[in-house]
Amino acid sequence: MENNSISPDQRSEKFLGKLRTRNIDVQACYQCGRCSAGCPIGDFFDLNVMEVVRLAAYGQEDRLLHSHAIWLCAACETCATRCPNEIEIAHLMDVLRELALRKNIAPAEPRIPLFHRSFLGSVGRWGKAYEIGMIANYKIKSKDLMGDMKLGLNMFLKGKLKLVPHSIDNKAEIKAIFSGKGKEYDR
Amino acid sequence: MKLSYYPGCSLEGTALDYDHSVREICAKLAVELVDIPDWNCCGASSAHMTDHEIGLRLPMRNLLLAAEAGHDILVPCAACFQRLKAADKALRENPVYWDVDATKYSPAFEIIHISTLLAEAEILAAIKEQVVCHLDELAIACYYGCLSLRNPRVTDAVDWEMPQTLERIVAAVGARPVNWSHRTECCSGSLTMARPDIAEKLVGDIVTAAKRAGAGAMVTDCPMCQANVESRQTLEGGPDAGMPVFYATELIAAALSGSYPVRQQKVHLVSPTVLSRAVTGVGEASSSKEDSR
Repeated sequence: MENNSISPDQRSEKFLGKLRTRNIDVQACYQCGRCSAGCPIGDFFDLNVMEVVRLAAYGQEDRLLHSHAIWLCAACETCATRCPNEIEIAHLMDVLRELALRKNIAPAEPRIPLFHRSFLGSVGRWGKAYEIGMIANYKIKSKDLMGDMKLGLNMFLKGKLKLVPHSIDNKAEIKAIFSGKGKEYDR
Repeated sequence: MKLSYYPGCSLEGTALDYDHSVREICAKLAVELVDIPDWNCCGASSAHMTDHEIGLRLPMRNLLLAAEAGHDILVPCAACFQRLKAADKALRENPVYWDVDATKYSPAFEIIHISTLLAEAEILAAIKEQVVCHLDELAIACYYGCLSLRNPRVTDAVDWEMPQTLERIVAAVGARPVNWSHRTECCSGSLTMARPDIAEKLVGDIVTAAKRAGAGAMVTDCPMCQANVESRQTLEGGPDAGMPVFYATELIAAALSGSYPVRQQKVHLVSPTVLSRAVTGVGEASSSKEDSR
């Protein structure tokens, strides 16, 4: 972390309240570092896992929402599993990603949320993940048209990618789930 | 034994062969599978990582459909398993929040990941009894990945740092599980498309560790792990230099049938000859090996 100053002015009480309602007790961190030590992707992070937890405890929401770490986290749950104080660190990452999207903050790793959106777009439409549709959508949105071409073709030739989506019958229920009728946020 | 079956989206697509082997061996092991009617996607990582409520409401719909039948739910995909477990916990904790009538969701049913089922004593005994081809030549690195184990507060996994289920299954078909370091390391999961460089690094470490331990193949119970590890390894060498990744059920199906069909071999992105060789090779010498057991 290059800039390690903490600004009390930027302490977000609303964010800290949100973490409390989700039972993410970031204040319990005593900086043992097991979360950072076990993180399989930590080498690629700008903030290490423990720094994310500590910044969260200081309510430094804005810094976190602009970080690479929240998008590079793969949700493997190694950190939360090994935390001696059972801090739900992976849930913290979920909250941060959701907040960043809801606040329309330009993601530091734009391709990763584009992938999630393409995946969920296919689920919202068919009720199930439709791999070719999802991949095509992601490729167009991310403009990463050439990446993995060989792999994609190989998988197609091996019959791993189906041309026709599987659709569920009761799509109305899926539509309702995606309609934003949830209670957690004022949508 | 009768179970509700939640295959998940991968098993209708990239991991269709996983679905086939699950159904094949369950039929042989007297486990009756009843598909959850009109099941939907569990949301996978993408849903819970970006929208808490969608991430729980998607798997919940499947639980409510399964609750009507009341059987335990068998889940072959580690990611689906973890999402269904998370939704189950949330639903039991606060049904009102999720708009569910608690009297309609008080099921005794459990959500069972495939390896937990296959490593049960009576199932293992049935596997051992039905093996026609012992896979003695195979040194296997059992690879669990993340989501069937973590977080144990969600999965109820008992030995999350030192799981044993795959090793027991692999040993039951006569193969030799090796002791190695990366059994529960992450393969990069859903990052694989947007950050293939990270996927290659993580998969490279995993495959290198498996090779170092002398494994000729890996066995897993997660369709994401299978796809990532086979597609993201960048080892130099000829067509046989790669590390094939078999589903646990694929290995059992080969051992119980004594054959490893070409159709199945062709699905792999890494040459699976190590298994086809084990199946045909052992076939010739099976009588003497039977005696020694």
